Amino acid sequence: MFHASCFMLKFQKVTKIYQTNDIPIVALSDISFKVEKKEFVSIVGKSGSGKTTLLKLLLGEEKPNKGQVFFENYEIHKLSFQKISTLRRRVGMIFQDCKLISSKTIYENIAYAMEVININNDNIIKNVFEILETVGLKERAQNFPHQLSGGEKQRVAIARAIIHRPDVILADEPTSNLDPYNTLEIIKLLLKIHETGTTIILATYDKEIVNSLNKRVITLDEGVIIRDEEKGRFIL
Amino acid sequence: MKKKEDLYYKFMFTSLKRIIKFGWNNFYRNKGLSFSSTFIMTIAILLIVSLLFFREASQFFISYIQEKVDISVSFNLNIDEEKIFEVKNELLKMEEIRNIEYSSQEEELENFKQKHQDDEILMRSLEEAQLFNPFPLPAVLNIKAWSADQYEQIVESLEDEKYRNIIYYIDYHDRRLIIERVFSITKWINQIFIILSSIFILIAILITFNTIKLTILNQKEELIIQRLVGASNWFISGPFLIQGIISGFFASLISFLISLGFVYLLEFQIESLFFEFNIFSYFLNQAFIIFLVQVIIGITLGIISSIIAIRKYLKA
Repeated sequence: MFHASCFMLKFQKVTKIYQTNDIPIVALSDISFKVEKKEFVSIVGKSGSGKTTLLKLLLGEEKPNKGQVFFENYEIHKLSFQKISTLRRRVGMIFQDCKLISSKTIYENIAYAMEVININNDNIIKNVFEILETVGLKERAQNFPHQLSGGEKQRVAIARAIIHRPDVILADEPTSNLDPYNTLEIIKLLLKIHETGTTIILATYDKEIVNSLNKRVITLDEGVIIRDEEKGRFIL
Repeated sequence: MKKKEDLYYKFMFTSLKRIIKFGWNNFYRNKGLSFSSTFIMTIAILLIVSLLFFREASQFFISYIQEKVDISVSFNLNIDEEKIFEVKNELLKMEEIRNIEYSSQEEELENFKQKHQDDEILMRSLEEAQLFNPFPLPAVLNIKAWSADQYEQIVESLEDEKYRNIIYYIDYHDRRLIIERVFSITKWINQIFIILSSIFILIAILITFNTIKLTILNQKEELIIQRLVGASNWFISGPFLIQGIISGFFASLISFLISLGFVYLLEFQIESLFFEFNIFSYFLNQAFIIFLVQVIIGITLGIISSIIAIRKYLKA
């Protein structure tokens, strides 16, 4: 379980197969790569290439059929639920479908990420309003998710993911519901967070974003890594 | 060390406060679900409480009937009262005996006259018998046992050789059938109570569990999100427990008011059915205990059902 080298995330010969009506669907096949601390990595590929599965494995939401996934020195899928919960508190996940808690207000959704790590109320209030200001939703604090547009929901999801200053941000197509203006704003925000030393894994199929970032790009095709380049470009 | 402990307690207290707040918010914001689970729990509590009332009424009925059952031992006419008291004291040593009442020859004569005063033939016969003996009826010991099967044993000891010249007649063999029937009815009522209790409690648990399961299923998506954000099992399940407790408390409050109205409206019907058992005054005398029992049932049902229903979502 313990691994000696110093990295943030590592995939080692990972295969993930889903069974749908007894038909095996290979989502990831024997993939290996490492992500260093403070790195910004884009995972690109067509729809169904395995991007979301890769992020789910990192979050401990799915288990690999073969191979190992490491978060620092911890092999994620050998950890107890309690320890996985502790690791998840060090991760900020931006889901493609936002995954906001519908019965909580925007303020409460964002505050929840700090409440689970037991930050005191004064700090929560201060930080939540700060982040709401950053994502331009201060006036919507007391609204519920169903009262927001797709772009606004995505910004709330980002705010929730970064509020507790996680070590890693996993962003699963965070701009898929957004117009070009909001897309640019979100990417700027992610870059700003990255500058503070946060490791970022961005799964996307947005060519323009990837090419404008000029950062490391891992290209997936049918569950296999076909390209892994420093300062890479979106080529499919 | 002390500082570490203080921090731990502060941490726990803050978590608990948040869990209570989340639980209340969930209850308040999901009004439809909260209403249906409270409604179902009210029915479940009413089922269990109606059992308690049934038990109380049937116990009253049983003791009322048992009070009417006894055997009479008549003594020879020439026996001294002292001898009869000796027999009585001897009998009182038996575990099987609940109560013995002595009725002297004078009292028996008086009772007989009162009972048959309208029967001329019987009264004339009595007068004729009194010509030979002013008290022609024997003194009697009326004996009550704790249960029907104990009478046989009591009668056996009375049929002992030492009492042969004292005792004139024991009416057990005439009344045996009635005694056994009365006691079998009471036994039957107790068995029905046990069967009904089991069924009602099972129904109560099942319907409550299923309702809370549906409530939680409705919030499954939120539960999964909480897990992915890194919430601990305690932080996820705590608010559902609080929701269950709140539903249980409101359900017990509502069922208390419903049962109060019910016993008030049916006071006289129940009184005539269960031989003067006044359910309304029983309810008023025991109001606090009944409310406490309902609250305990409601909260326990809420907690148990929530724990069972949420368990599967907490597995890694």
